[in-house]
Amino acid sequence: MLVLALDTASPTVSVALHDGTSVLASVTGADAMHHGEQLAPAIARALAEAGRAMGDVTAVATGVGPGPFTGLRVGVVTARTLGASLGVPVHGVCSLDVVAEQARAEGRDGTFAVATDARRKEVYWAAYETAGDRVRRTSGPQVARAADVAALLGGDVPVIGRGADLYADDLARGEGPSDPDAGVLAALVASGRADVVEPEPMYLRRPDAVPPGARKRAS
Amino acid sequence: MLRVSSPLVLGIESSCDETGVGIVRGTELLANAVASSVDEHVRFGGVVPEVASRAHLEAMVPMIEKAQADAGVSVADVDAIAVTCGPGLTGALLVGIAAAKALALAYDKPLYGVNHLVAHVCVDQLVHGPLPRPTAALLVSGGHTSLLLVDDVATDVQMLGETIDDAAGEAFDKVARLLGLPYPGGPHVDRVARDGDGTTIAFPRGLTGGRDLDRHRFDFSFSGLKSAVARHVEHEERMGREISVPDVAASFQDAVCDVLSAKTMKACVANGVEHLVVGGGVAANGRLRQFVEERAARHGIEVRVPPPVLCTDNGAMVAALGAAVVSAGLPPSSLDLAADSSLPVTRVVA
Repeated sequence: MLVLALDTASPTVSVALHDGTSVLASVTGADAMHHGEQLAPAIARALAEAGRAMGDVTAVATGVGPGPFTGLRVGVVTARTLGASLGVPVHGVCSLDVVAEQARAEGRDGTFAVATDARRKEVYWAAYETAGDRVRRTSGPQVARAADVAALLGGDVPVIGRGADLYADDLARGEGPSDPDAGVLAALVASGRADVVEPEPMYLRRPDAVPPGARKRAS
Repeated sequence: MLRVSSPLVLGIESSCDETGVGIVRGTELLANAVASSVDEHVRFGGVVPEVASRAHLEAMVPMIEKAQADAGVSVADVDAIAVTCGPGLTGALLVGIAAAKALALAYDKPLYGVNHLVAHVCVDQLVHGPLPRPTAALLVSGGHTSLLLVDDVATDVQMLGETIDDAAGEAFDKVARLLGLPYPGGPHVDRVARDGDGTTIAFPRGLTGGRDLDRHRFDFSFSGLKSAVARHVEHEERMGREISVPDVAASFQDAVCDVLSAKTMKACVANGVEHLVVGGGVAANGRLRQFVEERAARHGIEVRVPPPVLCTDNGAMVAALGAAVVSAGLPPSSLDLAADSSLPVTRVVA
């Protein structure tokens, strides 16, 4: 087994390879954003570091967000095209689940939430609870203002992720990872513990566009 | 470095609202799979970048598979992957670029990020054979209005002039809306104008006189024309007169076609060019072709217009330019190739 995992739902591009036992290589983009530029070289580097070839890949996993659309699409179209080209399955996983799983693996227990940056003073968020070696999503993903998420969760539910870092005044920020790590995503998929969905972006927002109104006068 | 005489190239186009994947062998067209999201933009009266980008994501893999099936070749067999990396809508371009990189990685093929405008010129080689040197090109679409001088399609392209505001196709869309015609406006204005008289209203010809001509000899401007049409329609309404939609459409269309063809002829003469390619979606406009062909004949200029399916955005044109670039022995792009929304025509390969 060789799972190629990638996530582009956060400002940081993350790529990893997992052989069913452990993470063989993990590459993180050097700068924030520029997903379109950084993703393909990161995949090439991960393969080189692991000493594997593209033909060895048996499955592709991709974070499907929610996240800023343009970067997110770079990851999803890359995963779909690789899957179709290599003739291997493509597994989509909610990127917030990946952050939650890492928090669990690092020792977080009980009820918590994950929030990431949705821009426009909003966060993408979901609530989780741990159950043995798994995390279970109990609500979300949704997009909302941080203060509204706090009101919904109640004051004592810790929130982890970049959204909690950004809105520490509104949310009860807890210790944990900021962004999805493709190594964690790869392990989730390789172990069969992922809540797998179609490789389809979780946009959660409609495109910003309104049909034109009455014509503006030129004179 | 790769240098193949008739290279087999797959090209991907996603700079606006068409998801195109084409396959060519040298100048031979093997496949041209295109999906358009135009219907999704109709209610907005113009291309919405996020709507276009979402549609590209959904259409990309199906178009890659359709192109392979239509051509009867596998990506495994191609010599190179080419992709439009600009100019165009950044978010839309990125979908095609990411897909092209994934193909390059999966099949271990060289990747060429190529110029969308130059691809619009190069596509003519699939229909009318090698481009004579030099060739001028008038590219007119909803996003571009450019006049190019092409000495070598792979290595030597210059911008002679371009629109300083709206693209000609955009002006067609806006005027169509003013006249209550559907989006996209070009074909509807063209159709309605056939029943009208283009000499009825003397609409302005942008950048054709005085100081404008010194500074913008081969540039275009359609924003003022669009406003002039709006003012005319409003004036007639105030006067309580019913406008003649065919006459307004024909007068507007003639103003556009007059200035496009006149400046193109002047540019050809000034540069000693005897061959002209007309491309882009507006090249399908019957009146533009009539204007250009009549005037070109007077100047002894040969006009080449690809069929409409190759004038609108498509993947075959990208593959055609990729093949020209591979044949010229140019080095491939790097895997960190970026989208460049304003890629200059002087950069044929990024």
